[in-house]
Amino acid sequence: MDFAAAIMITVITATTPLLIAALGELVVEKSGVLNLGIEGMMATGAACGFAAAILTGSTFVGVAAAIMAGMALSAVFAFLVLGLAANQVASGLALTIGGIGLSGLIGAGFVGTTRQPVPRFEFPDLSAVDLLKDVPYIVEIAGVLQFVFGQDPFVYVSLVLAGGIFWFLGRSRAGLLLKAIGENQVSAHSLGLKVVWTRFLAILFGGACAGLAGAYLSLVYTPFWSPGMTAGRGWIALALVVFASWRPLRLLFGAYFFGAATVLQLHAQAASLGIPAQLLSAFPYIATIIALVIMSVGRTSIGAPASLGTPFVPDR
Amino acid sequence: MVEGLVGEPLVRLHKIVKRFGPVLANDRIDLEVREGEIHALLGENGAGKSTLVKILDGLLQPTDGEILWQGNQVTLESPVAAAALGIGMVFQHFSLFEQMTVAENIAVSLPPDDSLHDLNVRIAAVGKRYGLALQPNRPVWTLSAGEKQRIEIVRALLREPKLLILDEPTSVLTPQEAETLFGTLRTLAEGGCALLYITHRLDEVKQLCSRATILRGGKVVAACDPREETVENLASLMVGSDVAGLRTATERKVGQMRFEMKNVSMRGEGSHGRALKNVSLGVRSRQILGIAGVAGNGQSELFAVMSGEWPVMKDQSILIDGQPVGHLGIEERRGRGAAFVPEERLGHAAVPRMSLSDNVVLSRQRTRSVVKDGLISRAGARALANSISVAFGVRKGRADPPASTLSGGNLQKFVVGREILRGPTLLIINQPTWGVDAGAAATIRQSLIDLALRGTGIIIISQDLDEIFAVSDMIAVIHDGTLSEPVGVTETNRDAIGLLMTGGKGAKHAA
Amino acid sequence: MRLDIEPRAEVSKLAQLLAPVLAVFVAVGIGGLIVLALGKSPVQALFVYFIDPLSQSWTLQELAIKGTPLVLIASGLVYCFRSNLWNIGAEGQFTVGAIVGCILPLATHGMDAGPWVIVLALIMGAIGGALYALIPAMLKVWFGVSEILTSLMLVYVAQLGLDYLVRGPWRDPKGFNFPQSVVFEPGATLPNLMSDGRLHAGIILALIVVGISWFVLTRTLFGFAIRVSGEAPKAARFAGFNAKRMVVFAFLISGGLAGLAGIVEVTGQIGQLQPSISPGYGFTAITVAFLGRLHPVGLVLGAFIVSLTVIGGESAQIAMKLPLDLTTVFQGVLLMCVLAADCFSTYRVRIVSGGAR
Repeated sequence: MDFAAAIMITVITATTPLLIAALGELVVEKSGVLNLGIEGMMATGAACGFAAAILTGSTFVGVAAAIMAGMALSAVFAFLVLGLAANQVASGLALTIGGIGLSGLIGAGFVGTTRQPVPRFEFPDLSAVDLLKDVPYIVEIAGVLQFVFGQDPFVYVSLVLAGGIFWFLGRSRAGLLLKAIGENQVSAHSLGLKVVWTRFLAILFGGACAGLAGAYLSLVYTPFWSPGMTAGRGWIALALVVFASWRPLRLLFGAYFFGAATVLQLHAQAASLGIPAQLLSAFPYIATIIALVIMSVGRTSIGAPASLGTPFVPDR
Repeated sequence: MVEGLVGEPLVRLHKIVKRFGPVLANDRIDLEVREGEIHALLGENGAGKSTLVKILDGLLQPTDGEILWQGNQVTLESPVAAAALGIGMVFQHFSLFEQMTVAENIAVSLPPDDSLHDLNVRIAAVGKRYGLALQPNRPVWTLSAGEKQRIEIVRALLREPKLLILDEPTSVLTPQEAETLFGTLRTLAEGGCALLYITHRLDEVKQLCSRATILRGGKVVAACDPREETVENLASLMVGSDVAGLRTATERKVGQMRFEMKNVSMRGEGSHGRALKNVSLGVRSRQILGIAGVAGNGQSELFAVMSGEWPVMKDQSILIDGQPVGHLGIEERRGRGAAFVPEERLGHAAVPRMSLSDNVVLSRQRTRSVVKDGLISRAGARALANSISVAFGVRKGRADPPASTLSGGNLQKFVVGREILRGPTLLIINQPTWGVDAGAAATIRQSLIDLALRGTGIIIISQDLDEIFAVSDMIAVIHDGTLSEPVGVTETNRDAIGLLMTGGKGAKHAA
Repeated sequence: MRLDIEPRAEVSKLAQLLAPVLAVFVAVGIGGLIVLALGKSPVQALFVYFIDPLSQSWTLQELAIKGTPLVLIASGLVYCFRSNLWNIGAEGQFTVGAIVGCILPLATHGMDAGPWVIVLALIMGAIGGALYALIPAMLKVWFGVSEILTSLMLVYVAQLGLDYLVRGPWRDPKGFNFPQSVVFEPGATLPNLMSDGRLHAGIILALIVVGISWFVLTRTLFGFAIRVSGEAPKAARFAGFNAKRMVVFAFLISGGLAGLAGIVEVTGQIGQLQPSISPGYGFTAITVAFLGRLHPVGLVLGAFIVSLTVIGGESAQIAMKLPLDLTTVFQGVLLMCVLAADCFSTYRVRIVSGGAR
């Protein structure tokens, strides 16, 4: 059980930042905007979060700083693509380049510093309680409970986020309007929906998520900041959104699937199976491409919001 | 229809004027609709109906004139303001979200203070009351055009309007769906709702409406009770048979068959695409075939199939000079002597931000002075652009400006001239003078006639009956994707053609 | 209050030329503010970044050396971007080009084979990059898969492939276990142009490519087709240009030039294969392309400015202890300013009072 639990924990820690960032981008893309700048926002979030946590000694402040950093960068992106109807692909790339550089500037002063990683919750060992000692399988049950309720807070946030976005998009009126805007911005506009404002809020939300995911990397995943620590996760998050056909629950499973695949190849490398380490490392990227192809084959509608990426310039 | 249920005047438009720059779209229009009345608004394309109705729906502000609602003067600053008064509108082009369900599409259009409580129940109730059956959970892309229209109507009805405006509602419906719609409208009228029904279809007007206002050239030319008029009368009021309809036959001797289409059927593209059903036509050298029709009846699809932008047929169904070309693309067809002018000047016939000399290259790749061995000669392209401009009187301000800076008329002259100067043996042109000033229009039409005299076979697709009659030798009408039998211009008149355009007697009905 | 945008009817040539210049000034201004925030003098930074590198021969040579791959890659990107195809994977095509191009130099190592090796190496590098770019192109043509994601994923695959090769089969047995290949013989490297510097012949190749690109884009029917496809797809259809074929050709050219840049960099600058052969040229080239307004000759100026900041950044690191990341930030800011300036020249922007849109 312990070994299995250990592996599952590595899967969870690999998945959580991807899941959070991808959930944010899912909302953004559902509203019709493509934000390629996740990698940059995540990097800056990681740096700001770590810096703030070290300077104030408070994890909470660190997380808040990371979220604000992500939102600030995404606001710049929003100005470009919503206010000026700039090309979304190039603007997102600019955000990535700038964000990675910015993270380097901010994090430079903290290289080598470490802090305590955000601890996981501690769930009491029920098998140690006198009253329950004789319940059959109590040791196993206690172990499962400790596992399920003993993760770090980000994990629960990510799950709540997934559930919340599922409810928002599927059951709330605001979510319906957002989906409509992403589906057909012209129809939405002619019905009086606030296209630009909704997209702006969505972009900010996406930025907050990307920042939060970055905070996870520098506060939980590793208890320090280092250059390039995002390692392409922002791009994987983008692919995950496509792979999940823009559906939150599918994204949840897809993210965990991908996290497991990543961990698997790490363990395979460690196990010296004779397959070159680089090939195993390349596996997630190749798998992403194959997944994208499978998603497109034989489907007339892939599920993408129809106005994704199209700048909105309403007719006079 | 039951008499006596028509009540007080609900809305009155008094001397409404709407100007767009130099264009007078609405010229002192008076219109009055009463409660419980089904009132028809008739007129050709460009008569000013859409503008008037947009004013009523709050999308446009009148340049002059008043709107009186229940006797009080009001300003309608936006569709929201109009909806608040109780004005609902069902547009010809739907504002729908194809991937979402019926219920979601309706929910999206309801005002924020609507709690969406029991929406499915309300949709079912409205559907039952007015005969608009809808399944709330079906995705919209699976629905037929008629069912999609029901969504738009239910959207309007859920807000309990006092005045419901419908813009060309039956243009997307089968005859059976149209009957269902009429039932709905009659029920609404009996309930006291006023209805403003915009259409070309005169037989429907006679079936449904107790009052009709007819627009032509931005003015009201008649207001009558359609039940007391013949369809022929109404048609002539609409298209204006005071203009000379008959034309003396030209002295052109018609030559060999240039272009033929045999029984071509095509599925329409996209949600507004109009299918083509068994279209056959032919044009000979020195002959001009005019295809008349109201916009949206399959003209774009027909053009795409004839030009080769949709090359799909591998058999003998499209022939140029007797050779099958159905499988060939547009450039290969040009190689066989054909030339094409699409409807959309900017974006299709020309690239807006590119210069005229660049735009010349689009369809003149086989002209050796312009393109040789894959290389473009700037000097050659400029020279050709200049000759076109000189020959067709294109006023352009600078030597080689971007296409978007030219006025509509001048750009159209350029785009038409680009093809005519090639000396093609076949020219197919869609809306030759739409949105073009009178002078440019005259130049273009004359050049088409001259081209025909030199041996070319020409097919013109146009919404403008004046133009069709001024230029064509043979006339056919496209309606709902089907083409009527071509008749010689001397054997028909505007009334008969106008009738065919509105789906009247003589037109082939959709199978 | 909100921004109201409407397309301009006509874009003046002057505005189009001034826009990137204005963008550079604004970006420099913002960069100055960041320098100030880091506690250093913006004026001194201005000199160190932009003026000093122009004053010495060896820095000018560095400028050319760093500019060469940028010019080559950006030249290729112009074909894709102008036809609305987003090739984000130029970095991967660069890498694969380097790998494939090095096959011959490695195979003939020790044989003193002669200068034909370098010529063939260059050609093979270009072909390698082109074929690698064909993957996202065909996936788009056959399956409609977004080229953004596929080309990007392939970057990581290519880099991992290079890593494998230089640590494994291609590792120099006499290299003290360092992950690098053998150092190439003179016949397998680009000749030096200056006796007192490192400038290699790659710059000449780059300038030739610029000239050819300019010719192709402005004078040939193919270049015209590229431009029309990006501007007005319906007009492209009207002209009979086959959209699928355009995708394939654009990617082949872009990948080929990126691959050429890769082999040029390895045989000109580095002299051997190692795990890291690019400081992100494939991505920086995107900024260069936009800065040059996607114009085949304009991008040379873009490359000039970007290389200037890279070299300036290196000396600023020593002279002013400014971090290298500042250069990256500047590149991002510059790209944003260029995009913003572009918008102002395409649209008329007004501030309007009223509710949200």
